[in-house]
Amino acid sequence: MLLEARLHDGAVFRTETKVAEESYLTDDFLRQLMNVGEVDILVGLPTHNNAKTVGSIVHTIQSGILRGFPRERAVIINADGGSRDGTPELVTGVSIDDVRPASNLQALRTLHSISTKYASSSRSASGAFRTILAAAELLRPKACVVMSPESANIQPEWLSKLLRPIFDDGFDLVTPIYRRHKFQGLLITNLLYPMTRALYGLRIREAYSPEFGFSGRLGSQFLGQNVWSDETEGAGVELRFTLAAITGKYRICQSFLGDKDRIERRAVDLVPALRQTAGALFSALEPDFPVWSVVTGSQPAPTTGSDQEVLLEALRVNRKRLREMFLAGIAELESVFQSILSPSTLAELQSIAHLGEEEFRYPAELWVRTVYEFAASYQKSVISRDHIIQALAPLFRGRMFTFLTENRNASAGDVEKNIEDLCLVFERLKPYLLQLWKTRE
Amino acid sequence: MREMIVSELSQALHEMARGFAHFLPRIIVMLILAALGWVIAYVVKVILRSILRLVKLDKLSENAGASQLLSKAALPSPTEVLSRFVFWIAWLGFILLGVSVLGILGLQEQVARFFLFLPRLFVAMFIMFFGLLAASFFSRAALLAAVNANVPSPRVLSLAVRSIIIVFVLSIVFEELGLAEQTMLVAFGIAFGALMLGLAIAFGMGGRDLARRFLEKKIVRGKKEANEDELSPL
Repeated sequence: MLLEARLHDGAVFRTETKVAEESYLTDDFLRQLMNVGEVDILVGLPTHNNAKTVGSIVHTIQSGILRGFPRERAVIINADGGSRDGTPELVTGVSIDDVRPASNLQALRTLHSISTKYASSSRSASGAFRTILAAAELLRPKACVVMSPESANIQPEWLSKLLRPIFDDGFDLVTPIYRRHKFQGLLITNLLYPMTRALYGLRIREAYSPEFGFSGRLGSQFLGQNVWSDETEGAGVELRFTLAAITGKYRICQSFLGDKDRIERRAVDLVPALRQTAGALFSALEPDFPVWSVVTGSQPAPTTGSDQEVLLEALRVNRKRLREMFLAGIAELESVFQSILSPSTLAELQSIAHLGEEEFRYPAELWVRTVYEFAASYQKSVISRDHIIQALAPLFRGRMFTFLTENRNASAGDVEKNIEDLCLVFERLKPYLLQLWKTRE
Repeated sequence: MREMIVSELSQALHEMARGFAHFLPRIIVMLILAALGWVIAYVVKVILRSILRLVKLDKLSENAGASQLLSKAALPSPTEVLSRFVFWIAWLGFILLGVSVLGILGLQEQVARFFLFLPRLFVAMFIMFFGLLAASFFSRAALLAAVNANVPSPRVLSLAVRSIIIVFVLSIVFEELGLAEQTMLVAFGIAFGALMLGLAIAFGMGGRDLARRFLEKKIVRGKKEANEDELSPL
């Protein structure tokens, strides 16, 4: 479909959308995009019932644009999953005039805010991201950024930190680095970061993040990939995006942003988190095999600002429950583990399950072998792939218990060293994964 | 008298010889059909076995729990069982076709009934296989969900899900085969009702203490958790 619009300076904005895009971009949204014309900066804001936070987030985004990019043409694209709390109205209703007096800055260009509704389903995260990418393809910005609608600590400077490396230095992907508590993001530090680093050879701390910047060309390339309809249903699409940037040999860097949201006082569901991280990573391994199978070792990614900062405040964590759930998993899921794990790994897991609370440890090497065997079983679909991911949850709780125990009194340096040691085990045992991959073929 | 007996005997022998001569080609046709059927059935068996190995039916059956059932019954792998079954069905079909050529009254009706029964048999087998597959999938899903939600006795829950699905599938299979439909309906009703009643009694009586402990644990833990920090995995 050929889209055409006359820009403010008289130039004609013309672009051709792919047929596939037509099915998920509404006519009204396309019309709004044509009215906006080409832009320099695109800010993507995926939302779904975020009325409590989205107003302040949009204010912060506008403030960030005013401070960092007053001369650039910018647009905020809100892809909403069918909110019933007035989120889209809040996004489009926030006026930049509210920001100007506070920041004492003037934008030289109009800042547009467009909201569109994408097909709401279980694959909401990917639907929102796909809509943002499609909008980026049409508006051809120099740099894009996706911001989380829930981040409590977002600062206006985050926009510059995520966009400047693309805008000024020609990077294609900017991933964030956060200041975290040493026990926060254990799935990142114990699985995603070490495994991504070992397999793809690039040390990216936050390969799966709700905030990141990217270039238009990377966005266009990813939009055409076949990740939107695979069995993961778009779960962890942000991770797939990062992996696509690595395998496509795009220029990637990291930027230190600041505090990640602090410890939440609410139940955290581990299984969806595993689907978005481990599930997305495991599903990427098959198409990416030609790339990761030849990588050895790992290289640091260029980083702006600190490359790690750890908070050490005391926390009240129920470690006992983590161990109980690990033991329950080992006892109840034996038949499932027999399909996934090798007999020796399963026997080792059963033997550590007999240890008392004080002696209990899930060693790094055993953990890495477990993860690699899960990845290989996932590739061969020995049972339902979603069941494989669910079966990993109790084992991960055992690993969490060990990490919490080993780092209870650890300093920031000690924690970093332990994570680095785990990464090295992942790298050292990579041939084991390759062997599993080949034998299972 | 003697001449009469000889004449009758020779006439009977003539008629028998004429009957046999009339019948012999049909027997030969039947034997040819049986032999041809054996060859065709064997080829079908070999092709089917290759296809089933290619689509990894054994692995699928292992996941479905069908392989375990077969091994308990000292039967070979599902691929072998299915290909042999198809071989015998195909050969039997040809033999019966040959028998019908003989033109024996009554037998033809039975042959026709057998051929009418075959589609129902295949549908029943199809339902049985996918029923076992569904039972295995949903019982494992229940087990994993229960373990991850820290629900007590997850295996009992999983077993209950599997049993309900298998009972349901068996009732459909018997209905499809037309075997003792009324009996199966009553038996299913009784079995299902007994299962539900058993579960209710188990929860109400046997699990009374367990339920109390579970609720206490949940409520007490809920209070405790208000003072605990939950770790975000991401």
